[in-house]
Amino acid sequence: MDRLTRWVFLSCAAVTVLTTAGIIVVLVAGSLDFFRDVSILEYVTGTTWDPTAPPEQRSFGVLPLVWGTMVVVVGSALVAIPIGTLTAIYLSEYASERTRKTLKPTLEVLAGIPTIVYGFFALTFLTPQIQRLFPETGTFNALSASIVVGIMIIPMVSSLSEDAMSSVPDDLRNAAYGLGATKFTVSTSVVVPAAFSGIVASYILAVSRAVGETMIVALAMGNRPQLTSNVLDEMQTMTAFMVDVARSDASVGSPGYQSLFAVGLTLFAMTLVLNFFSMWIKARYREEYQ
Amino acid sequence: MSRERALENPFASDAENIGRTRLIGRLFVGVCFASAMVGLVALATLLVDVFLQSRGYLTWEMLYYPPTQLPENFTGGHRGAGAYPMIVGSIFLIALTAVFTIFLGVGAAIYLEEYAPDTRLTAFIEANVDNLAAVPSIVYGLLGLAVFVRWMNLGAVLLAGALTLTLLILPIVIVSTKEAIRAVPSSQRNAAYGIGATEWQVTRDVVLPSALPGIMTGLILSLSRAIGETAPLIMIGAAVTVLNPPSGPLSSFGAMPMQIYEWASRPQDEFHQAAAALIVVLLAILLLMNLTAILIRNKYDRRT
Repeated sequence: MDRLTRWVFLSCAAVTVLTTAGIIVVLVAGSLDFFRDVSILEYVTGTTWDPTAPPEQRSFGVLPLVWGTMVVVVGSALVAIPIGTLTAIYLSEYASERTRKTLKPTLEVLAGIPTIVYGFFALTFLTPQIQRLFPETGTFNALSASIVVGIMIIPMVSSLSEDAMSSVPDDLRNAAYGLGATKFTVSTSVVVPAAFSGIVASYILAVSRAVGETMIVALAMGNRPQLTSNVLDEMQTMTAFMVDVARSDASVGSPGYQSLFAVGLTLFAMTLVLNFFSMWIKARYREEYQ
Repeated sequence: MSRERALENPFASDAENIGRTRLIGRLFVGVCFASAMVGLVALATLLVDVFLQSRGYLTWEMLYYPPTQLPENFTGGHRGAGAYPMIVGSIFLIALTAVFTIFLGVGAAIYLEEYAPDTRLTAFIEANVDNLAAVPSIVYGLLGLAVFVRWMNLGAVLLAGALTLTLLILPIVIVSTKEAIRAVPSSQRNAAYGIGATEWQVTRDVVLPSALPGIMTGLILSLSRAIGETAPLIMIGAAVTVLNPPSGPLSSFGAMPMQIYEWASRPQDEFHQAAAALIVVLLAILLLMNLTAILIRNKYDRRT
């Protein structure tokens, strides 16, 4: 009996390893099929993404999709990093225990709302507001989607950074107060540097979420892959393209369909690098306190 | 000279111009507080906006009528329209996901916490679980499409959707279950081992009963994430407009987030309002699940 249960539990744990192996095999095998028809060089350096055009005109340069993803990442980081960090400082250094205990979980509700709801909010609320300010804004635009992705990842930055700041020992704060430092100086020159590795790790995790975010960009950012710097215009991210293909009637096995796996592999590789980077920063720059 | 430099007070400048320093301090608190409010205001705006848009469309018909192609059916005096097949579909989907997840998630967590030897392989499995938790959900959708829909030849059925969502939330469930198991004091385990219990008896009679509330809380929270997932269902090719609820695990299915996506991507305002009404239903279900999790946690929390 004991030996049997051990094997049953071990096979449950093995499912997680199989999942990783499955993801890698599926993405690599699908990509190999794709790269039989399309050269890797064209994929990596091409500046036009048009997989559904007739065979002579179609083009598989992934850069416009990567550009769309980058716009969302930078835009959402510009929203979430300053707001999230300042919120974390407020929660950890200024708020009373009671305020912290209600404010932190309330902000975390933001992380529990399904992304499809955020997409709806971006499309039907935020975009009309932006159109009032800038009438030339399209129904689908990168600005609205990026801001809403930013709002979605605020709690990742604020909660994880607050955890890092709260674990800075009070001795450090008291030593600075003893030297006549103000609360502002203690927060910015003592606590933030001491918690720096945790804060940066939270930024990277939040960015990784923004890279993989799908429904907000699929609903609100549009489906035209283009290299433009106009954030009021429509763009397409890697994830939005994948949704687009899955909903289209592209025939299975055609390069247009197989590009799904190449783009998926690119996306997976990007998030994997970011996750490893965040783990490395945490391990490398961790400050140990007794 | 260098000795004097070393003793210089790095915070001396704070005392130089006390008025200015105070002003900076106050401004800084103001900015931090305002930032904390941005998140709250965004949350409130989102909820109020969804409620306002759902006005007139949030009717009981939403719960027991099939969807429609004609926008006028949503308003009174017409045939009536709702999202009944999708609401039932989502509930079936989550129930099936829960069954798979309890078995696999709890099993894997028990192995890692109670059985696993302290080897490199175990460390690798643990790191792998952490990593899987950060893989985008759309990638799980591709995995489900290739493995369950194509390779196992299931097609885009309820079972394929549930298996895909199981793999998606498995890492989160394993992490929360491990924490619940770790919170069981080792003195209890040692007492049981001391009177001759085997590993399995200790797990079944000592660890699991006292870790159960924590396990359930983590499971319900993970399932509440799964019920709102849209991208994986789109990737496996789940049906968009379904007129009947699924009849079994091998039947095609619709789900609430898919229908919200479908309605929200139409140009007409009527469909946007119907989407808002279905969002309210989805958020109500999420609220219910979260309240259950909180109640379980408070009822059994031994620290209080």
